[in-house]
Amino acid sequence: MQHTPSGPSLPSPSRRSLLRGIGGAAVLAGAGIPLLSACGGSGASSDPKTVTLGSNASDAVPKKAFTEVYAAFKKQSGLTVDVNTKDHNTFQEQINSYLQGTPDDVFNWFAGYRMQFFAAKKLATPIDDVWQKIGDNFPDAMKKLSKGEDGKYYFVPLTTYPWAIFYRKSVFQQHGYQVPTTWDQLVALCKQMKKDGLVPIAFGDKDAWPAMGTFDQINFRLNGYDFHVQLMAGKASWTDAKVKAVFDHWTEILPYHQDGAMGRTWQDAAQTLVSKKAGMYLLGSFVAQQFTNKADLDDLDFFAFPEINPAYGQDTVEAPTDGFMVSKAPKNHAGVVKLLEYLGSPDAEETYLKTDPSVVAASSKADTSSYSVLQKKAFEMISGAKSLTQFMDRDSRPDFTSTVMQPALQKFIQDPKGVDSQLSSIERQKKTIFASA
Amino acid sequence: MSTDTTTKSPEAAPEPPPGAASKKKAVTRGHRRLLTRRDRITLALMAGVPTVLHVALVWVTALASIALAFTTWDGIGFDSIQWVGLDNFKQLFTDNPQFWPAVQHNVVWFVVLILIPTPFGLFLAVQLDKKIRFSRVYQTAYFLPVVISMACIGFVWQLVYNPDTGLINSIIGANKPGHYIDWIGNPSLNLWAVLIAASWRHTGYMMILYLAGLKSVDPSLREAAALDGANEWQTFKSVIFPTLRPTNTVVLVVTIIESLRAFDLVFVFNKGAQGTELLSILVTNNIIGESSRIGYGSAIAVVLLVISLAVIIPYLVATFRKERRA
Repeated sequence: MQHTPSGPSLPSPSRRSLLRGIGGAAVLAGAGIPLLSACGGSGASSDPKTVTLGSNASDAVPKKAFTEVYAAFKKQSGLTVDVNTKDHNTFQEQINSYLQGTPDDVFNWFAGYRMQFFAAKKLATPIDDVWQKIGDNFPDAMKKLSKGEDGKYYFVPLTTYPWAIFYRKSVFQQHGYQVPTTWDQLVALCKQMKKDGLVPIAFGDKDAWPAMGTFDQINFRLNGYDFHVQLMAGKASWTDAKVKAVFDHWTEILPYHQDGAMGRTWQDAAQTLVSKKAGMYLLGSFVAQQFTNKADLDDLDFFAFPEINPAYGQDTVEAPTDGFMVSKAPKNHAGVVKLLEYLGSPDAEETYLKTDPSVVAASSKADTSSYSVLQKKAFEMISGAKSLTQFMDRDSRPDFTSTVMQPALQKFIQDPKGVDSQLSSIERQKKTIFASA
Repeated sequence: MSTDTTTKSPEAAPEPPPGAASKKKAVTRGHRRLLTRRDRITLALMAGVPTVLHVALVWVTALASIALAFTTWDGIGFDSIQWVGLDNFKQLFTDNPQFWPAVQHNVVWFVVLILIPTPFGLFLAVQLDKKIRFSRVYQTAYFLPVVISMACIGFVWQLVYNPDTGLINSIIGANKPGHYIDWIGNPSLNLWAVLIAASWRHTGYMMILYLAGLKSVDPSLREAAALDGANEWQTFKSVIFPTLRPTNTVVLVVTIIESLRAFDLVFVFNKGAQGTELLSILVTNNIIGESSRIGYGSAIAVVLLVISLAVIIPYLVATFRKERRA
């Protein structure tokens, strides 16, 4: 390389201007950072006429139903609900950071353990004042679900739905099947269905959560609600003979489940019930979404999971309940109280159910006259229950259910014989997870 | 990489090159005149901003993640971070039923990619290099899977493998009770099913890399080999393939990276259920979402980091040694 004296000076002006340009861009980028972080902060001021609400109702039907509810609230109180809707799963995945940041005043959440967790972490505000007004609207089981570990109320339930065994009336009629009420009858029915060329129990566990529903049902039928709650809260041991007995029962009916379950979504499994290839399906009442044809939907019916242990009968119903919580420092507290009092009223629930008939009201005061036959049955089942559970991933720590139980149950379904070593593995992992704060 | 070159430039610029000792005076004088105060500020900004970004986004986060691996933290408030020493690693190595399968699957992933799609990609590249008709069409066809995002590939193949309505089971009639072939769920099948999808994409990638390498082979080498009477296989084996050495290095590194970062395809395919556990998926499952086992997930990430370093450091050392020699 030959450096002529004039060489370096010639390109320098252009280079310098280039540098200047880049420097300017860097300064701009630097200035951009505070601007961006400003976006993170909630722009809403403490306007006494608005209440902000973080919603996970991203599906079209619930979203529309909530819009109607908030519109009715505005008409009644003059307060505007400023809704910030996020995708349902994203909302759930980001809940930790959402509640620690600048959350909305009120947010959609689930009853039970998942609510108590945030209450114990001081990320929610107790709402005993609201419950003094709305307490009469709810049955005792719902009240139990709305309280934190400290005995204060943190949650206002709106809707709920039951888990049960779904079947088609025409199929049962055609083969002369009876609804089983005991375990032995269920096993006998499975055998008969297999003989008749049906898949006795439709099953799809690709998403890893449906199997948790089966476990829940067998566990609280066999060992009762109290043991189930203890087990979910990490207090009872997974190596207990009672838990082993749950898996023994499950192993007994596992051969009657649809095979290839690990690769099948619940929607595909539901289709086998729609097409009358399967006799029964244990799932939440949202299975009805797959029955798009009116005649098929009218043919759909369900029964409670049969009794296993006569001491507990069919006293527990798995009824995941959705509702509202208040974040740690709501900007408009007076407005929040008004909104929750409205949301806890039968009026709000009736407005919601007009648009979304796939669930039922959590309140026992709500008008049931517009319910479909299926809804009526669901409502009766839930209001007649002695205890309500919320589903494994809502009744227990989500880190435990998602990283330990989901893979473990999938493994059990593939290899029911290895259950003993699995249970001790679950217990070891449970201890470390529940030991951490 | 670009950060490194920019950080070097301010120190390098005022220093005269050691070879130009005779012109030292003129050059230093020139530089003194050139570097005004403003220039210095500009240069400091140019070097500083990327350095700060690099340190903050790469080094601080990596070190924080390593530090978190020795703690337990649910992600709520900094005061809930608790030091647990090596507990996370102890649990990981002894109690986690998914960890060792995950390590094994990452290794299998690499071995399969290097043994099947890589030679096949080379084979396609050699064929396409022969100036056959419609070469461009074939190139495009084989390269298309590389352009599609991994998530889409996972989604498409998941439809092909669907046990009830998928293409394969419908054709071979394996979607009836008792005859199910569960490509997605069966732990002895699903990894291979995913690997077919991964290989489908990787072949195109390898083909393009090798095709570029082949284009740069000096034609006179072929001519010389032909004059010496070498047949096609001999020419390839003794003349062409050895000249592809730099390409082979790139291919090896790319394949290692692909097998360590394998995630999206499997996550869409079956969320890393039994049979397809991967380290990256374990990290995600533990950290992201409601589970928030941040310390534990970081420990898995550290294991992944150590494996990556064990592979990358020898490669970088070898490359730099070669560069220095050259």
